[in-house]
Amino acid sequence: MKRFLLKGIINDKGRSLLPIIVVATGTMLTVLLYSWLTGVMGESIRVNANFNTGELKVMTLAYSKDSDQFPNDLAILDASLLINDLKEFEPTVDWVKRVRFGALADFPDSLGETRGQAPVIGWAIDIFSKESLESQRFNLESSIVNGEMPKRAGEVLISNELATKFNVQPGESFTLFGSTMEGGFAFYNLKVSGTLLFGASGLDRGAIVMDIEDAQRAFGMEDACGEILGFLPDKYLNMDNAERIKVRFNNLYSQQQSTDEFAPVMITLRDQAGMAEMVDYTDAVSSIMVFIFVSAMAIVLWNGGLLGALRRYSEFGIRLAMGESKGHIYRSLLTEALIIGAIGSLIGTIIGFFIVLYINVHGVDMSSMMQNSTMVMPSVVRTAITPTTYYIGFIPGIFSMVLGNALAGLGIYKRQTARLFNELEV
Amino acid sequence: MDNGIIVNLEQVTKRFPAGKTEFTALNNVNLTFCKGEFAGLVGPSGSGKTTLLNIIGSLDAPSEGIATVLGKEINSLTHKEAAKLRNYGIGFIFQTYNLLPVYTVYDNVEFALLLQNMSSAQRKKAVMESLDWVGLADRAKSKPATLSGGECQRVAIARAMVKRPQLVLADEPSANLDSKNSHMIVQTMKRLNKELNTTFIFSTHDEKVMQYLERIIYLKDGSVERDEQVKNRDISNL
Repeated sequence: MKRFLLKGIINDKGRSLLPIIVVATGTMLTVLLYSWLTGVMGESIRVNANFNTGELKVMTLAYSKDSDQFPNDLAILDASLLINDLKEFEPTVDWVKRVRFGALADFPDSLGETRGQAPVIGWAIDIFSKESLESQRFNLESSIVNGEMPKRAGEVLISNELATKFNVQPGESFTLFGSTMEGGFAFYNLKVSGTLLFGASGLDRGAIVMDIEDAQRAFGMEDACGEILGFLPDKYLNMDNAERIKVRFNNLYSQQQSTDEFAPVMITLRDQAGMAEMVDYTDAVSSIMVFIFVSAMAIVLWNGGLLGALRRYSEFGIRLAMGESKGHIYRSLLTEALIIGAIGSLIGTIIGFFIVLYINVHGVDMSSMMQNSTMVMPSVVRTAITPTTYYIGFIPGIFSMVLGNALAGLGIYKRQTARLFNELEV
Repeated sequence: MDNGIIVNLEQVTKRFPAGKTEFTALNNVNLTFCKGEFAGLVGPSGSGKTTLLNIIGSLDAPSEGIATVLGKEINSLTHKEAAKLRNYGIGFIFQTYNLLPVYTVYDNVEFALLLQNMSSAQRKKAVMESLDWVGLADRAKSKPATLSGGECQRVAIARAMVKRPQLVLADEPSANLDSKNSHMIVQTMKRLNKELNTTFIFSTHDEKVMQYLERIIYLKDGSVERDEQVKNRDISNL
């Protein structure tokens, strides 16, 4: 019977061509829009993950309660040991130490007197290790406006806005005032190697990016760090895997967490401020988009199904007369719809995938539209290729085709066999 | 099916709603058809021929009376049971052939067997044998659009016969055919009637068909007016 249906689909262009075109177009648009949306939102989330949240974050229990204030007095001690444990615990994840801090930058004049002071927000990351991916995560080299990357200890990058405000040139020194992790007064001389423009005012107002060992020396944090961030190997944000790792880690340390406020605790990107909403927003918009496509395509295909049923009125009549039950004809219609939906979805997904791949590789430069954006967002937007890309189109493709035909095919149950002789004599 | 009776109609009446009143299409019809009969229902338009074929073909049920076809009481059959009865026991031949245009001759004939869950090899044997009966084995791969009217009706006969039904119902099978093809078609059916002992019941007003019938039932206003046996007719020179 399946061969019979397949032959009908292949031979009868009226039965298959229009539905396949409709399904393929809808599927292609679904794949494209989903990947675009996931790409835009995913890139925004990715940028936030790279700068602030990681996909996983390990802190002390006490630090985690006030993590917005970067309480480095509650930082992780013996961070190298914990990093080694984490690498053993989950070797596929890139675990990196971070120190976040707020401080005061004092820019001197030629005589060494204070020329100006400004509060700064700092990121201390591993800039110098050869295997470190941190510079790439911050996109440092591309963001440098003046000067160059730090090459040795004591060299830092500061935001271009800060440099402009105090007329600081690469090569000049300044003093960072802050507090040590024991609560003492800390001051540390640094040299500006370059200035940065990230393209987001939140970051560009007063950012300092320095090597983590400089920060550890400056704030008395030998082998300590405020946070350890984890980045999964996947090219897309794999929330489910991150959640599994978090649960396993916290189970491992659950006993220590109940008694020791310096016990390590792990959270995911979703657990951090605003991130869950952003991720859920992306999922919700994707679902709404799929729903819209299903509805629109189902209406078109329902109409197509009705026209097809009219065209095949004699065929269904003769099949009823030959002893096929109405239920069997209805099910065969749904099977046909399933086959056509699958073919259309496959074609649409393939076409959509190649367009997605092109935009993923080449990107769309949106920088001119985002000059005044205050959000941390990527200037070149790319589509995202995730496992969902390969099957998202099949949902509206197959569902709408089956739904459309299921509605149209209900007419079979209204067909009166007593009228078949009259109908088939026309 | 005692005494070879395969169709038994007792006091069969069929009424259809016509506005606020009812139209009686069949009125107290009593008929029996035995295995191997070659019979025709003859009468003017509105005499009840098609209604009678509908009931015998389990496409409709009588309003009153009892219709028993191939041992099944039509009145009590569900839609599925009626479909099964048609699938296994009854073949249909229509005036306008009603072949499925997107399929080949072979596929059209094979379709009836697909519903019977036969193996592919069994189906192939049965289809080719059936096409052989009607002299179209060499056109198995052709599409209906490439066949003449006579050839299409022969495919329709093959389709009706492929499942070896005990009963074949033919509604005006020669109405769209020229004289030569009409004779050829009826001769084919007559031959199959003799060779396979299949019962044929026609609805017709075509003289050419009537010449071959062994029994002619004249219907008028839903009642049997006359029921004539025409035995030992010499058809060799027709």
